[in-house]
Amino acid sequence: MAATFFGEVVKAPCRAGAEDDEEEEEERRRETPEDREVRRQLARKREVRLLRRQTKASLEVALLEKYSCSRFIIAVGNNAVAFLSSFVMNSGVWEEVGCAKLWNEWCRTTDAVHMSPTEAHCVFYHLKSNPSVFGSCPKKNMQVTVLTCRHVTDYKTSESTGSLPSPFLKALKTQNFKDPVCCSLLEQPNIVHDLPAAVLSYCQVWQLPAVLYLCYTDVMKLDLLTAEAFKPVLSSRGLKGLAKNVPQSTEILRKLMTANEVQSNIYT
Amino acid sequence: MFVPCGESGPDLSGCTLLLPAVSVGNVGQLAIDLIISTLNMSKIGYFYTDCLVPMVGNNPYATAEENSTELSINTEVYSLPSRKLVALQLRSIFIKYKSSSFCEKLLSWVKSSSFARVIVLSSSHSYQRNDLQLRSTPFRYLLTPCMQDSAQNEIQSLNWQEMEKTPCIPEMSDSDYCVRIPGGGITRTLYQESCSKEIPMAVLLKFVSEGDNIPDALGLVEYLNEWLQIIKPQSDDPTPSTLPWKIPSSWKLLFGSGLPPALF
Repeated sequence: MAATFFGEVVKAPCRAGAEDDEEEEEERRRETPEDREVRRQLARKREVRLLRRQTKASLEVALLEKYSCSRFIIAVGNNAVAFLSSFVMNSGVWEEVGCAKLWNEWCRTTDAVHMSPTEAHCVFYHLKSNPSVFGSCPKKNMQVTVLTCRHVTDYKTSESTGSLPSPFLKALKTQNFKDPVCCSLLEQPNIVHDLPAAVLSYCQVWQLPAVLYLCYTDVMKLDLLTAEAFKPVLSSRGLKGLAKNVPQSTEILRKLMTANEVQSNIYT
Repeated sequence: MFVPCGESGPDLSGCTLLLPAVSVGNVGQLAIDLIISTLNMSKIGYFYTDCLVPMVGNNPYATAEENSTELSINTEVYSLPSRKLVALQLRSIFIKYKSSSFCEKLLSWVKSSSFARVIVLSSSHSYQRNDLQLRSTPFRYLLTPCMQDSAQNEIQSLNWQEMEKTPCIPEMSDSDYCVRIPGGGITRTLYQESCSKEIPMAVLLKFVSEGDNIPDALGLVEYLNEWLQIIKPQSDDPTPSTLPWKIPSSWKLLFGSGLPPALF
């Protein structure tokens, strides 16, 4: 609870997220067997489904069993995806091998079955000419590269964030990643959450070599400068040799940006 | 589940496990940070579950360039074999409805590893104190029945205050009394489960408000130190301010980045 200057007492959010626990306990005590069953059904519905996008058939065999993989690259967020698709996936022929769809109560459909194929949250591709490269698994010889963006205000530094030359790259690597990184490592006390952190945690725990390249930018929507900030990563072992024609890819990226720009005509 | 760093799992039997509850002010977690940093404990593994929000960063206890590039995740286990001390650190919050699953997994690991005792460092909302609590020390302890057998005498000689039982339903005048730890996160669940599973557990907590909780964390580790004598005073002067607790290098910029000079 906190008292404001206006004389009201408000429930202040707790940094440790502990406020929910008492309510959760109360809820659990009042829960009937029917409530528990509803909760169990909901948990089962919140599944991540792996399937072939074109046929909507579920993948019977795990992707990494069917396609052995030495380089696994994941792009999270629009700028990282734009960079990867312009520079890497436009060089060489990439074949789509599957996609992952997930459903939770925030989705607009009633369950995962009714979601349209275009709503796939994650699409897997592999390079036809070198099938061991996987774009978008816990095999010991595999190296994982993750690309993502964060807003520059998330970056903690003793200077003011306004003076930072954004966009800029920072890296985090697991213990088993022995190659050089293309930029400086993320300094304490900075941290990363969500999917990139989940991937890196998994790789750290199971001793897989993995590196996360994090672009701090002040433009979170699709932006040419931000996507181009990932260019140094092309020289890393994870992406080496995958980008064939950099000037052409830059042009593709530029076209992608203009195609996605919403032309404002309020003032014209 | 516990995943060791090296090839084989270390022998944890007979050790004391220290762990924080993710609670108001993050005091327990800050206290565990101080213990790991001061005793220079080494990482022995991870407690890998899907119950906490994933997070990664570089070594929060870095002391030099060489050791600043080790990756840390959200739940890690550290040990100091010479003192038979093991510390579990939690660095993020629980995902909704996953906290009880975490407690189950944790206590199952405690049992299977044969820890001698478990000490939970926690905190509770200071605004929820009753009149008596307002007038007394802000520190409290709780012992499970099987812990009481071994530790009650030591605790009594320290003149510590046990956590009071309060009405289960405050609005009802004839309500039963039970232990309530508002803002304590999983503390109460861990305590109650340990009571029923006969796990020797002690809970040490402080009444705090959210803000700059570093002094609260220092207070809590010194409270723990009165009992465990983790670090001994350097000189004959036993006052808390002389004890050399090492602040971890990651405790900088707790309140954000530097300010733009143009602001002034």
